[in-house]
Amino acid sequence: MFDLKGKKALVTGASGGIGVSIAKALHAQGATVGLHGTRVEKLEKLADVLEERVHVFPADLSDAKQIKGLAQKAESEMDGVDILINNAGITKDGLFVRMSDEDWDTVLDINLKACFQLTREAVYPMMRRKSGRIINITSVVGVTGNPGQGNYCASKAGMIGMSKSLAMEIASRNVTVNCVAPGFIETPMTDALNDKQKDTILATVPAKRLGTGDEVASAVVYLASNEASYITGQTLHVNGGMAMI
Amino acid sequence: MSDTQERVTKIVVEHLGVEKDKVVANASFIDDLGADSLDTVELVMAFEEEFGVEIPDDAAETIQTVKDAVSYLDANKA
Repeated sequence: MFDLKGKKALVTGASGGIGVSIAKALHAQGATVGLHGTRVEKLEKLADVLEERVHVFPADLSDAKQIKGLAQKAESEMDGVDILINNAGITKDGLFVRMSDEDWDTVLDINLKACFQLTREAVYPMMRRKSGRIINITSVVGVTGNPGQGNYCASKAGMIGMSKSLAMEIASRNVTVNCVAPGFIETPMTDALNDKQKDTILATVPAKRLGTGDEVASAVVYLASNEASYITGQTLHVNGGMAMI
Repeated sequence: MSDTQERVTKIVVEHLGVEKDKVVANASFIDDLGADSLDTVELVMAFEEEFGVEIPDDAAETIQTVKDAVSYLDANKA
């Protein structure tokens, strides 16, 4: 089950907390992985750990040309991209009434527009091969909202709507498009919270603990596998019961 | 059959999985060859690739039949 031998996966944001877990998990199932990120040393370090079946593709997702270059490089160096994981994302938190246009645009550009642009490049070869998987990493707050994250929540909700539309358009080509929505996960971002903040968060999580990157990655592996071939346009929530939607 | 028509026919046969003899000049991609809207987009992209041209959306909309494609490409190919 969930064998990915011979499949080629491109993971954006593979230098970040969840991205590393996703890349490792896909690799462990036999996939060749392309690691995208901006922090090259971190990508190289991960590539050293994975040893084989790994490529490093640094690119700036705020630059449309680099996005196109990333898609083309991944397609040619790995001889096709079967699985695209749009995981790269940033936050620029602030209360709505004080949020600048710049902070709004920066978050929407990286989290949503770059996801659209990279997917547009990657999906055409998938359609031609009549097989493919696109998995967009959104967030529980894209569905529930979160004070102080108007821009981030908008971008993550946008990913869900975009994924559903694309899923409808290309389902007949055997390409599925799904989202994975993590809740509170142990990452450098949540490590920075103090104990009181953590307690407040955990009070809303029935599982009474933070999730791990591996638990998110398992959901990604499932959606990437042949076993998930009849699932498209869905959002799989990995949140310890924090929001049951 | 002109060189352009031959290349167009090959692409249509490959993409739509139809018999070569069905791909006649007056055949409509949608009405006669069973293409859906996504197929027509794929065809246009394949023509662009094969002939090294960029087909703008308003021109793409006018390409409904095999003949439309051949004459557009003859007039615009690199």
